[in-house]
Amino acid sequence: METQSTYNYKVVRQFAIMTVVWGIVGMLVGVVIAAQLVWPDLNYGPWFHFGRLRPLHTNAVIFAFGGSGLFATSYYVVQRTCNVRLISDKIAAFTFWGWQAIIVAAVITLPLGYTFGKEYAELEWPIKVAITVVWVAYAYVFFGTIAIRKVKHIYVANWFYGAFILAVALLHIVNSAFVPVSLFKSYSVYSGAVDAMIQWWYGHNAVGFFLTAAFLGMMYYFVPKQAGRPIYSYRLSVVHFWALIFTYMWAGPHHLHYTALPDWTQSVGMVFSLVLLAPSWGGMINGIMTLSGAWHKLRTDPILKFLVVSLSFYGMSTFEGPMMAIKTVNALSHYTDWTIGHVHSGALGWVGFITIGSIYYLIPRLWGREQMYSMKLVEAHFWLATVGVVLYIAAMWISGVTQGLMWRALNPDGTLTYSFVESVKATHPYLAVRVLGGALYLSGMLLMAYNTFRTVTAGRAVDAKIPAITAAHHA
Amino acid sequence: MSDFVSNFWGIWISVIVIGGLLGLTYLVYSQSKAVVVKGEKVEITGHIWDGDLAEYNNPLPRWWMWLFYLTLIFSFAYLAVYPGLGKYPGLFGWTSVGQYKKERAAAEAKYQPLYDKFLKQDVKALAADPQAQEMGKRLFQTYCVQCHGSDARGAKGFPNLVHHDWQYGGTPEKIHETISEGRQGQMPAFGAAFGEEKVKDVANYVLSLSNKRHDAARAARGQETFKAICATCHGPDGTGNQTIGAPNLTHPSGSWLYGGTEKTIIETITNGRSNQMPTWKDFLGEGKIHLLTAYVWGLSNNPRAPQQ
Repeated sequence: METQSTYNYKVVRQFAIMTVVWGIVGMLVGVVIAAQLVWPDLNYGPWFHFGRLRPLHTNAVIFAFGGSGLFATSYYVVQRTCNVRLISDKIAAFTFWGWQAIIVAAVITLPLGYTFGKEYAELEWPIKVAITVVWVAYAYVFFGTIAIRKVKHIYVANWFYGAFILAVALLHIVNSAFVPVSLFKSYSVYSGAVDAMIQWWYGHNAVGFFLTAAFLGMMYYFVPKQAGRPIYSYRLSVVHFWALIFTYMWAGPHHLHYTALPDWTQSVGMVFSLVLLAPSWGGMINGIMTLSGAWHKLRTDPILKFLVVSLSFYGMSTFEGPMMAIKTVNALSHYTDWTIGHVHSGALGWVGFITIGSIYYLIPRLWGREQMYSMKLVEAHFWLATVGVVLYIAAMWISGVTQGLMWRALNPDGTLTYSFVESVKATHPYLAVRVLGGALYLSGMLLMAYNTFRTVTAGRAVDAKIPAITAAHHA
Repeated sequence: MSDFVSNFWGIWISVIVIGGLLGLTYLVYSQSKAVVVKGEKVEITGHIWDGDLAEYNNPLPRWWMWLFYLTLIFSFAYLAVYPGLGKYPGLFGWTSVGQYKKERAAAEAKYQPLYDKFLKQDVKALAADPQAQEMGKRLFQTYCVQCHGSDARGAKGFPNLVHHDWQYGGTPEKIHETISEGRQGQMPAFGAAFGEEKVKDVANYVLSLSNKRHDAARAARGQETFKAICATCHGPDGTGNQTIGAPNLTHPSGSWLYGGTEKTIIETITNGRSNQMPTWKDFLGEGKIHLLTAYVWGLSNNPRAPQQ
């Protein structure tokens, strides 16, 4: 039992560092492709072309940065809230090396042009199979650890992580169903409107479970920890958890409004997207109200600033999303930069901020330090990131609404007032502002990398001891 | 995958949609009865995790609960009015196709007189009419620029329309036919039949036709092959054949469909070319095609110049 007396922090440390590394890679590619839209001459050759770099950006940010952050925090949280070491160090290590190998395979194959052709599911079939294997191993480690827990009640963060792991497995397997034609090429087994519907059932639930439920798990641990306050309402967490995971599954059709998808499917998708508003806000309320009694800490604690501002962006994008799912609004917003702005207020504002805050919380604890090497740099990172996101989404709102209005404008003779290229010209300045916003956000990540490097090199890897369980844990 | 056409699926969808919405309503309702008694402190649930993680058990915020109910009420109402529950068509029988047809019919009723007016005039007259030109230009900017470019000067594989060097003919009748029916261009591949050397010879002869720099010895050898094979379509003098869309290789306009370097010509002869202009008659209708014909014809015939 001597070796079992500590938590497994090694795998958490590995994933935490890779979160920072992949964050920089993914966001750098994002800034590059944003720049390509402003200066098309930056498209060099087939490998360095927007069409191939864009999936690299989305994969790197969602699955490499976001994914590593989720592995790191879920392994940390599940151990500490269950008072037990991970069920298997070896399988946990396998998930780390496996996941990194998958990301490296993505970084190589996407610029080379290998693609399955489905958005957020571009990786070709051998990599898809590898993802499935690693994911099953992840589920084993996570749920296995829950199974051997020493605390009777399962903490709310683990419900969300658990739902995320199960749902992503289901989504990945169903949407990836393929017919291979060669070692590096395969086709979807579905076709037509059914294929489109399955793709967006997957696509929107990638948002719902990967980018929302999982990060709510992160929120439910790191916000109360950093604020030093109890969660606002257990009751609210129960209601919004079940409502959220049930309702998200229905929202996909709003990506296919006014298409060949049958009308009834569009209607059902729209109403459930609207119903999602309250369950989403339940998480925001529970996070923000947890701070009551600790608001003064916001003045001095930049980590708490990251966590709270992430909740604000979460609330904003989960209000914006249901509105955009209404068919009349969608008629204006669909296919415009507004969608890109919406996604990034979620990705940069919510996912990015909550992950950055959580990693700043973790790094000193994993390397036996009191706090990060420089809290001033954390503060600087916070402001760079905040200004970056605001510039990004404001630019995309203006650009998107401009596009939407220009595309539908009619002359008195019934012809379109503007040609497509005129709308491109009109949005050009905002695309440039977007590059600036993205570059600011990326520069914040570089500060984070330096700060992390100094913290890690000044410290020493420590594995915390598993404390004795008190009576309250058994209650 | 087969479509889900049997009646069962309509019922199945209705049951799980209504069941889901009712389930959500019950979920909120079941947890909405707890309220804070004034003056009473909310206690933590008593569970502790990881040293200090605890939970209060505050009641659901009232405004949040009502927001939730409101979205649920909206959902029931929306699904009563619009199609969503299996085969139930909604109160007013709305369909997206129906809406499209209605809007389209309204637009046609509104704009048809304008198109009718132009249909009575011939293409050359329209090319001199500023309003017709303006409309033609907007139609061109909407439907044609994707291939032919905003300036109508084309791109590799897409013809330049601002010159007199027409593949299928530049009369109003021929332009109308091209837009209306579309075109299917086919140049066979000769790489295997000729071999590398002979392809290069022919390419140099083709270069010589438009007085471009070429290898004279090769061109002389290539001439023989050209007269025997290529002339079938491009004509003995290389001036092409507009009835089958074989380009004029003397290139009076200096503009080439795929490029006029030795390398691209070799590529063309070796692999052949296949190209398509889509047919527009069903999509655009006669009125718009008439205006587009006048606009495209006007691009290279500059009708307004004499007027000014």
